[in-house]
Amino acid sequence: MEDVAIKVENLFASYRKNTVLSDVNLAVESGSLTGIVGPNGAGKSTLLKSMLNLHPSLTGSVAFFGQPFKKMKKKIGYVPQRGSVDWDFPTDALDVVTMGLYGHIGWLKRPSRFHKEKAYQALEKMGMKDYAKRQISQLSGGQQQRVFLARALVQDAELYFMDEPLAGVDAATEHAIMTTLKELKTLGKTVMVVHHDLQTVAEYFDHVLLLNQTVIEHGPTNQTFTKDNISRTYGGNMRWMREEDHDVVPSIKQ
Amino acid sequence: MPYTGWIILTASLVGLSCGLIGVFLILRRMAMMADAISHTVLLGIVIAFIITREVSGTPMLIGAVLAGLLTTFLVQWLHSLNIEQHASMGIVFTTLFAVGVILISTSVGNAHLDVQHALMGEITFIPWNTMSLPVIGDVPKATALLALAFVIVLSFIVAFYKEWKITSFDPALAASLGIPVVFLHYVFMSLVSITTVASFDSVGAIMVVAMLITPAASAYLWTDKLSIMLVLSSSFGVISAIAGYYTAVWLNTSISGSMAFATGLVFLVSFVFSPKHGLIAKYVKPAL
Repeated sequence: MEDVAIKVENLFASYRKNTVLSDVNLAVESGSLTGIVGPNGAGKSTLLKSMLNLHPSLTGSVAFFGQPFKKMKKKIGYVPQRGSVDWDFPTDALDVVTMGLYGHIGWLKRPSRFHKEKAYQALEKMGMKDYAKRQISQLSGGQQQRVFLARALVQDAELYFMDEPLAGVDAATEHAIMTTLKELKTLGKTVMVVHHDLQTVAEYFDHVLLLNQTVIEHGPTNQTFTKDNISRTYGGNMRWMREEDHDVVPSIKQ
Repeated sequence: MPYTGWIILTASLVGLSCGLIGVFLILRRMAMMADAISHTVLLGIVIAFIITREVSGTPMLIGAVLAGLLTTFLVQWLHSLNIEQHASMGIVFTTLFAVGVILISTSVGNAHLDVQHALMGEITFIPWNTMSLPVIGDVPKATALLALAFVIVLSFIVAFYKEWKITSFDPALAASLGIPVVFLHYVFMSLVSITTVASFDSVGAIMVVAMLITPAASAYLWTDKLSIMLVLSSSFGVISAIAGYYTAVWLNTSISGSMAFATGLVFLVSFVFSPKHGLIAKYVKPAL
């Protein structure tokens, strides 16, 4: 792996006294599209948030192209879980997308026509131009997710982190989002996506990160996403039974 | 200006500032923080009084801001120690308020400061306690303080409008864009404290909560645009202030009480008749 976009070393993080991430080490190849997969409570969202300084990490270091987060934050786009915001907020779709540009606009300035135009183009790209002036609570779940993705696109980042962008969306939205993600990859962007649907992992992602409190396995999907690795990630019970098996056999021999 | 004019101007300034600040309190889902801060600023005022020996503008504002920041900080700190958010608010503000009450009765003596006054306010006496300002002439002290608070609140909201919007809607995105979310949170809480302490003399700690929350909650029902919500909320605040005053004169009752009651009426009307989110609209045209 010659070109490392993201490097995480010895990352520990806890959530309300419970350790959620322990000793996470990983290096993500530049220009890769990685699916982060693991059971509920495996720390997938926490991993994204810890990398982006949104959740305090106990120890460890995170570097983006060899730089700390502070120096790189303008090159990083983040798509939070859809449920993390209040969709009754008094604003429209175009306005939400424009928020992605607030980092570029700077203090004391208002979004100009140029920024609005950029936001509008991003909405159009996600097939949402007819909904630009629609109040956000009146959008469907899939449409809300497209607005979020459009907002990430206007940021024009190098690295994208997305938390379950495909959760609870309709087929058309899923298709639109995956087309966009693959396009980002072709443009050389590095994308990390928390994903929940094991069936589509092989089709959607070229790399996979199997996570359960720590990195179980990480690498190209065709080598990493194997039955054995998946059961090591998910199957607490399966693994336990097999280990017991292992113990039982020698004890009989004795 | 006649007596009535000063009262109405003072009350309208309360309505304006509280209406603006209230919008963000509602959108940040922190309505109860208004209740907390409206009580703890008493401690700030008392301490400012103990140090400077007078109940006047600037020391009071500074004391209130410090008390507000202390409240915010302690609530966050308790919450981070695994105590539920509203429980930590309840613990912090009652304790700080109690310290204020004890200080009033032990260290302040018979000064122009008492618990009754702090809780209920006394807008009736405001026009008689004046100060001289250049150009404008004699102005009631409380009105001048409120005008100052309004200018501060308005300029902060206008200057950082998009920052308030994004940190209220999606703080995680704001943080990832490098906007100082925590710092802005403390700035916002300082604005809440300034508004509260400036409104203190006129409407008191309990009524200021009504003026902060109810007009904004009503405005929320009428519009889907933040800028319009701000305009509506401050208008509702002013309308309630004026309507409250005349009701009080008519019924010969407490002015601040009538104003708070008027905000409740505005909310009731909005809740029933708002074309977007009102009861009747929902009944006639079911939600999507």
